[in-house]
Amino acid sequence: MLSLIVFLPLAAAVVLLTLPRLSDAAARWAWVVAASVDLALVLVAWARYNAPAPGQLALEEQTRWIPGVDSRYHLGVDGLSLPLVVMTAVLFLACAVYALRERNRPRLQAVLFLFLQSVSLGLFTSADLILFFVFFDLSIVGMYFVIAGWGHGDAARSALKFFLYTFLGSLALLAGFIGLYVGADPHTFDILQLTAHPPLADHPVTGALVLGAILLGLAVKTPTVPFHTWLPPAHTDAPAIGSAILAGVLLKMGTYGFVRIGMPLLPDAWRAWAWVIVAVGVVSVLYGALVALAQDNLKRMIAYTSVNHMGYIVLAVGVAGVIAPDTAQARSVAVTGAVTQMVSHGLVTGALFLLAGVMQDRAGTYDMRNYGGLAAPAPRMAWLFAVGAFASLGLPALSGFIAEFQVFTGSIAAAPVTAVALLGILITAALFLRALQRIFTGDTIGASRGFTDLHPSETWSVGLLLVLSLVIGLLPRTLLYLIEPAGRAAITLVGR
Amino acid sequence: MNTLATTAFSTALSTPASTAGAPAAAALLVLVLLPAVVGATLAWTRPGRRSANTASLATAAIALGLSVWAAVARPAVSVPFMADADFGMRVDGLAALVAPVVSAVTLLVLIFAVGDIKESQGRFHGLMLLFASSVSLTVTATTLPILLMAWEVMGATSYALIGFRWQEQHRMSAGLTAFLTTRAGDLGLYLAAGAALAGGSGLALSDLSAADDPWRQVAAAGIVVAALGKAAQLPFSFWLSRAMAGPSAVSALLHSAAMVAMGGYLLLRVQPLLATTPGVATATAWLGVASAVVLGVVALAQTDLKQLLAASTAAQLGFVVLAAGVGAVAGGAAHLVAHAATKALLFLAAGAWLTALGTKRLEALAGVAGRWPVVGWSATLGAVALAGIPPLSLWATKDAVLAAAAEHSVWLYAAGLAASVISGGYAGRIVVVIWRGERGADPAGSAAHLDEEEPGTRVVGWWQQAPTLVLAVGAVGLGVLALPPLAARLASDLGQPDEQVSAAGLVVGGALSLAALLAVMRWPVPRPGWALDWLGLERAAHATLVQPTMRLAAVLARFDDAVFDRAVERIAHATMAAGAWSARFDLRRVDAAVEAVAARTRALGRVARRPQTGQLHQYYLQSVAVLAVGLVLLLTVR
Repeated sequence: MLSLIVFLPLAAAVVLLTLPRLSDAAARWAWVVAASVDLALVLVAWARYNAPAPGQLALEEQTRWIPGVDSRYHLGVDGLSLPLVVMTAVLFLACAVYALRERNRPRLQAVLFLFLQSVSLGLFTSADLILFFVFFDLSIVGMYFVIAGWGHGDAARSALKFFLYTFLGSLALLAGFIGLYVGADPHTFDILQLTAHPPLADHPVTGALVLGAILLGLAVKTPTVPFHTWLPPAHTDAPAIGSAILAGVLLKMGTYGFVRIGMPLLPDAWRAWAWVIVAVGVVSVLYGALVALAQDNLKRMIAYTSVNHMGYIVLAVGVAGVIAPDTAQARSVAVTGAVTQMVSHGLVTGALFLLAGVMQDRAGTYDMRNYGGLAAPAPRMAWLFAVGAFASLGLPALSGFIAEFQVFTGSIAAAPVTAVALLGILITAALFLRALQRIFTGDTIGASRGFTDLHPSETWSVGLLLVLSLVIGLLPRTLLYLIEPAGRAAITLVGR
Repeated sequence: MNTLATTAFSTALSTPASTAGAPAAAALLVLVLLPAVVGATLAWTRPGRRSANTASLATAAIALGLSVWAAVARPAVSVPFMADADFGMRVDGLAALVAPVVSAVTLLVLIFAVGDIKESQGRFHGLMLLFASSVSLTVTATTLPILLMAWEVMGATSYALIGFRWQEQHRMSAGLTAFLTTRAGDLGLYLAAGAALAGGSGLALSDLSAADDPWRQVAAAGIVVAALGKAAQLPFSFWLSRAMAGPSAVSALLHSAAMVAMGGYLLLRVQPLLATTPGVATATAWLGVASAVVLGVVALAQTDLKQLLAASTAAQLGFVVLAAGVGAVAGGAAHLVAHAATKALLFLAAGAWLTALGTKRLEALAGVAGRWPVVGWSATLGAVALAGIPPLSLWATKDAVLAAAAEHSVWLYAAGLAASVISGGYAGRIVVVIWRGERGADPAGSAAHLDEEEPGTRVVGWWQQAPTLVLAVGAVGLGVLALPPLAARLASDLGQPDEQVSAAGLVVGGALSLAALLAVMRWPVPRPGWALDWLGLERAAHATLVQPTMRLAAVLARFDDAVFDRAVERIAHATMAAGAWSARFDLRRVDAAVEAVAARTRALGRVARRPQTGQLHQYYLQSVAVLAVGLVLLLTVR
């Protein structure tokens, strides 16, 4: 089941690539069909999913792969990964729909994104460190070609910067994985075995160093302050759907690594690092929000809000390691909020980047100073952007609130000093409302004149993402019933 | 779909547990859901004027019916929502009093808007209905996250409605100021939720008083800060002044009767928590009475009718906040609903005149009451009620609050009385202005203000007049809630001890207010210039918070480029430089050494080729030489 979900997009990509004389329109629709089928399969898997016992995975598949180092092809999902798998499939479908108006080599683009979809789904379902690492690096390769091939502005340079920076991070990650392998007895790369018998438990210094390498690798990918500077140029020069996937899916690979690998595999070291992680999270929240507030380029602004939003996740997973009596429940609320934030940020920031892409498509600029009164020629875009902005600033009834409320209540209850991060949601509100005002209201001037409102493919793709954000905001149990047991299990594992 | 369906959707949608039977619980859910769904649809689909108006009024009327039903049946709904907190709604005594009043005011304001809003009716009514939905949820919420949900959606719709005419930047800025200021207060609710979790009480509002110290204090303080922000109390009050940039119908509903009032309502709702945190309660009482006095003076100083009404709204809510601080829940609730009717009425009147004359400046409104008598007389009744003149509503409700304050502290009572006199002053000024104009006003100057904001229609239609009549009835009569025999019933319904209205207090309060009113009619009102711009609080907030934050943001953005990003670029450049150096080293040293070895070898080869002459006699000679050398070596080495 999971293998089919993971590799169906790749198979579709191969077919698309090998079929001769395929028209552009057929290629675009073939991509939508492939993404829809994959999403349907994911929903079937969700229906067949039963929450596994702590430390176990559901829908497991495994076979020998590299027996010499006990690395197996091992897939499975639990409450941490299934929500991300669903979000990934949804976001790729939204991108496929959005790209129905693509004129620049649509077939090749579809192939590349289908490849990226397989890689992303593979990463979130991996239960083996080597497999995880392979998908982790392939995602960098795929995104490099997306930015370099379909980007604008200084795309080649931004793509290279993205590639080298995150690739370097992945090397640190690999070093950490090798450390885990060497420290484990018996040596293995299997995540479940490593979870059951955490390596390096008797070597606190080595354990801390190994976790340090893993944290460094994940911090670059997430990204957290100060490893974030590849993100703004990559987003600014990436195509709309590239930005959506980069922010929505690829960044989650970093945060997912925290909860899947860092916390359960090295619990002692995690507790030792906890306050550092909390501090990095708080700084990312405030620093990301403040720098975003000062931006004039809409895409750079949204990119920096991603640093802010990822900061909430880092803060919450850090708090998970701050062990104090009677706080287990609060900490599990924080971790549940962190995973919810991963899903929510994927949907909402994906939608916002798609809308920013419309601005590039129509007027060729993201500079907010060039716009004004855009709500007059583009009312649908104004509404959707407003909903997206409010979702991103954490307005209740939308998914961001469900995430941030839990992150904050859990974190404040377990580590009261983290209340200072609350200022982040105030600054985020200010920057989004300012952007809304600058672009959409006032007299219709500059690039807003003659701006064509959203086409159906754009309305539907963005609308799909925002409606799901609303569903999570109003009926959070649809998501939380998956995440909560996993959050509690994560707290148990890190408390060992 | 077994797990998905059973666990998620069935828990979310199954018929909830209820004390009053499923139909009433369903009515409560529909009360919240129907306006939200209709509102979102209207806002997104942009229907024509007629269908927007019809859908809006029908929805508001149904909501009013449902809220009355819910008030009688007292249902409760509770479905799992997030960890530790259900999606809980309950109609208790307090909600049963407030919900129908808010629904009724909503309907009346929307009727007014049919005549008053001339463009984008779909968006206007859609947002108003979304707001109505969130108010119903605020009133009935039983847990912190649900309260916060409704609370912030109110703030968002308020933002969108203040900026309803988004073509004008200053209205959007006003909305932004309102949203950010109230959200700054809302952080208190997030903090309170964290404190509740840490204090072990859970997130239900009624359980908060069971939290451990010091978390209970933190939770109480957080909630009070959020409530003060929403209720536009000091020091947050300035946002309400800016909010007057919204349409008058919005001011009537959001910025007097409903959203601002919800700040006071929340404090009444959590009064049991305040009762267990006496320090916070006392601070609340003083902040409330301070707002009542200071913002009353601000109201006196205004030259614009809506600004006057806004300041007076904040001042009147000061009495509700005071009530929560001193534990007078019934009196505070009565004051809340009586003020809602009164102030909505006055805002609608101001809106009708603004549409007709294109101005809301007080000196330009001289004599408007006579020109449009229905609105004029209704507004007069509203203003007299606002002044606290017996036997109209606010006279009795205010006294119920002050009587409880007197038991607490005589100073609190004195300050409250002072605020009461001031309200007589500013309300009296409204009466004077709308009937004959203020003494010393220049008729030519006042005419110059006509049409200064928008072209006036010189018409006040029936859609605008009718709601003011109904509201006038409320402004006159709702005081019965604070008088025997209803007061005792209300108190018992709210689970409170019967708060004795003191006859002496009623007489003293009424007489003082009457004296203030008469004085204003006789002599010009003092208009302290220092209070005209709402004490400069907005400028202070800008100078101390907004501008430093913006500067810090700009500095950090430069820092980000100049330090973090530059460091990465430096590393990249250094790597490139190292590469270039290695390439040079490779070429000039490593490769050069290889080349040198090759050259030497070649030279050696050239030397070695020299003896190869092909001449046989030379080879013989070489052999002889080699043999000779060999012989010599053999002999000497041995």
